[in-house]
Amino acid sequence: MVYKNWWKILSFLLLVYTITAGLLLDVPKLPILNETIRNLYFHVCMWFGMMILFIISFVYSVKYLKDFNYRHDVYATNFAAVGCLFGILGYLTGVLWVNVTWLTDQRQSLGSVLKEPKLIGAAIALLIYGAYFVLRGSFTDIDKRARVSAVYNIFAFAMLFPSIWIIPRIVGSLHPGAPGSDSGNPALDRKDLDGAMRMVFYPAIIGWTLLGVWIATLKIRIDLIKNKNIINE
Amino acid sequence: MNRLLLIIVGLCCSFIASAQDKIEMADVMRSNGKIYTVVAVCLTILTGLFIYVFMIDRKINKLEKEHSIK
Repeated sequence: MVYKNWWKILSFLLLVYTITAGLLLDVPKLPILNETIRNLYFHVCMWFGMMILFIISFVYSVKYLKDFNYRHDVYATNFAAVGCLFGILGYLTGVLWVNVTWLTDQRQSLGSVLKEPKLIGAAIALLIYGAYFVLRGSFTDIDKRARVSAVYNIFAFAMLFPSIWIIPRIVGSLHPGAPGSDSGNPALDRKDLDGAMRMVFYPAIIGWTLLGVWIATLKIRIDLIKNKNIINE
Repeated sequence: MNRLLLIIVGLCCSFIASAQDKIEMADVMRSNGKIYTVVAVCLTILTGLFIYVFMIDRKINKLEKEHSIK
């Protein structure tokens, strides 16, 4: 049992480490950010987790189109669902963070925050994924549903990159990594992120992502039990 | 005397300046140990959530056995 579930235990240990070290270790003292810099271990990890879950979902959609195994369709849907959950959590935590840093300390107007391209891009990306579930729900034929939604999922994944990674970096954004600021690739750039923070940040990404994968596998297993008659044999 | 006054004024100025430069962190919370309460609360929530998810996992395990999946 432990042999098979080691990664679930690893996820728990990494998240215990994230909370303990994330709240207690020293962080760089920066104006405006102050203590909220620790949100890197939570808010940013939600988006990293979302990206990884969407990548897994994309891979299973491609796999489905290759062999039309219904099992892969179930995998793709549920990973996308948990990815959306992480995205929504990332959005909500971002709202809280905006409130104390950009709005209060940086004195940005609400208008400039609402114009923030990364917020709009992330909203578009999440809505595209939302439409994925609407699309799935609108089919009665299982094969057609699986086939069309697999193709749509690939499209949604392709839209994810311009909307949250490329466009905000081109048009300028309040987020790190905007043109004009010298941070090229924030969070992953060696020069951009303090070494001590990286010691917590990377384990945090792995921990949160593993938790997401765990929840996704639970949903997948329930779906597989429900659709026992359709799947294989 | 004048020189002494100048030094005192200078020191005061530098103190005020450094107080303004100082970036506010939750140092009080750290020094009186209340941050540990926050950590404990977060860890309790995390542990509770994990126990809950683990129990769902076990329930699904049982269901899978009943339905003889895998």
